[in-house]
Amino acid sequence: MGFGPFLLLALLEGTVAAAVLALTAVGLSLVFGVMRVVNVAHGEFFMLGAVVAWFVAAAVPGHAAMGFMLALVVAPLVVAGVAALADWLVLKRLNYDPEATIVATIGLLYILQQSALTFFGPTPRPVEAPFTWRIQTPWFGYSGYKLFVVLAAIAILLAVWAFMTRTRAGLVMRATQVDRQTARAFGINVDRVYAGTFALGAGLAAVAAVLVVPVSQAHYLMGGDPLLLSFIVVIIGGLGSLRGTLVAALVIGLGDGVISMFFSPTLAKIIATLLVALVLVFRPQGLFGAKA
Amino acid sequence: MSVTGKIWALHLGVLVMLAVAQAVLPAYHANNLARIMVLAVFAMGYNIAFGYTGLLSLGHALFFGFGMYGMGLAVWQVEWTFFPAVVLGLLAGGASAAAVGMLALRTAGVSFMIVTLMFAQAGYLTVLYFNQYTGGDQGFAVEAFARQVFGYDLAQDTPRAVAAFVLFAVALVLNLVLVRSRFGRVMAAMRENEERSRMLGYDVFHVKLRVMVISGLYAGAAGAAFGVLFGYVGANFATVQYSILPMLYVLMGGAGVVLGPLLGAVVMFYLIDIASGLTSAHLLVVGVALVVLVLFAPRGLLGMVRERWLPWLP
Repeated sequence: MGFGPFLLLALLEGTVAAAVLALTAVGLSLVFGVMRVVNVAHGEFFMLGAVVAWFVAAAVPGHAAMGFMLALVVAPLVVAGVAALADWLVLKRLNYDPEATIVATIGLLYILQQSALTFFGPTPRPVEAPFTWRIQTPWFGYSGYKLFVVLAAIAILLAVWAFMTRTRAGLVMRATQVDRQTARAFGINVDRVYAGTFALGAGLAAVAAVLVVPVSQAHYLMGGDPLLLSFIVVIIGGLGSLRGTLVAALVIGLGDGVISMFFSPTLAKIIATLLVALVLVFRPQGLFGAKA
Repeated sequence: MSVTGKIWALHLGVLVMLAVAQAVLPAYHANNLARIMVLAVFAMGYNIAFGYTGLLSLGHALFFGFGMYGMGLAVWQVEWTFFPAVVLGLLAGGASAAAVGMLALRTAGVSFMIVTLMFAQAGYLTVLYFNQYTGGDQGFAVEAFARQVFGYDLAQDTPRAVAAFVLFAVALVLNLVLVRSRFGRVMAAMRENEERSRMLGYDVFHVKLRVMVISGLYAGAAGAAFGVLFGYVGANFATVQYSILPMLYVLMGGAGVVLGPLLGAVVMFYLIDIASGLTSAHLLVVGVALVVLVLFAPRGLLGMVRERWLPWLP
């Protein structure tokens, strides 16, 4: 295989990674933007989505597509429920103090991860893809399902965008983001907005996980990488800026795919983590964010 | 008794109790206590930054790792003996903290937490990336010649226990002297009101940087000691978990209390030890402890004791 096809493959893989990453990172970005909470447990919501998808798919008999479609609905709802519960039991009681919530979500990370180890076990398990046809290029065959992942991610992101800009609930969320006190003064139930936002953010991570689980596998430690990459994306894109998050997801997803293919994935991650630290130090509004 | 007298009596009393405990406990628990004392030194360093100065770092695994690998690589690659290797580890911890501090201290609060976390993660990945020099995630054993001190072999229980105790005692006394000094009061001023300290003429950045270096020296000493005492250097000691653990010990024992890290380390070590006998998901204890502490006891055990009964506890 020559350099051209190799690059094409890297770009395709990068696009799939970017699509999944964008979904996950937008969830994290929403939570930080509206609630000013850095959710360290975000990767575990991702993992939980994949694990629930496995349970659903295993419980549904018949064609794989049935189980998958059901998982695509059930898993995000379950995960959103868990997140809303965590918000009510823990974050709300901390009054959303930024430093205390980080410590609490670190605790949540361990609780979710270790619960998954207890109930799901240490072995990775696959979920069957809803369909298996392949696209044949002159050099290699490529999974049609992966392209479906990209399209589905774009559709969901458009839906999120429409929700945030075109609905009343989105307006209320944006109002709360801009000024929590004033929003409260106008009769907005800020507690409910926060619970909803936290649930929505976690649900987006779960959707991303359900989409990706047929091409990777469900595993109790799978939350680490999505968390790290989402952090990178959200920070480089500018904390709280959804547009910046999307641009950064594309850049980082493609960049990670290409660098990982030609160099070492570890090197790609070292560069990315250092970049994040330096961006936060020297350009806290992000590379693509507007001036704070 | 004067307050100073009470303070020294309490802390020296704790040291005497630890020495006695080392001598009389059965081997398994005495060995645990040696580990706990080294980890408590690490947590003391964390406490100096977080408990006294208000610097909530999520990257102390980097300084611990620098201490451990500074010592370990000096032994493995250039065959240094015990003292130079451990001193190199100590200095590596301080130097890495200085480097991270120079950059990270330009930020505060949540950004500071994330920046330190990212630097530590980059450090961990670097250990994996250069695996032909560092042993990667397999790690490597510290060779026997570097574990000889004054003719004693640190692979044996008694010399190891004594070494851990000496390290802990020195660290505790220095910690006590530090927080009771003028500089210790400036540290607390940074935590309580940074703007006012600045107005009073203190160079906030400089003070915090010095604190980071002191904290890094503690972490480096603990990392080097852990490697040389227990004979193993590995990448898992540089993972995020080793940034979380000292934070957990400090939160449990009491942030801003000299004995807090020791108490927190004892409690958490045995909680995790007991849980790992019951289930493979023993880290659940860490998660539950973090959430419960931050929700119901943000001052930790000794913090509550200080609030109710012993207001003079440093």
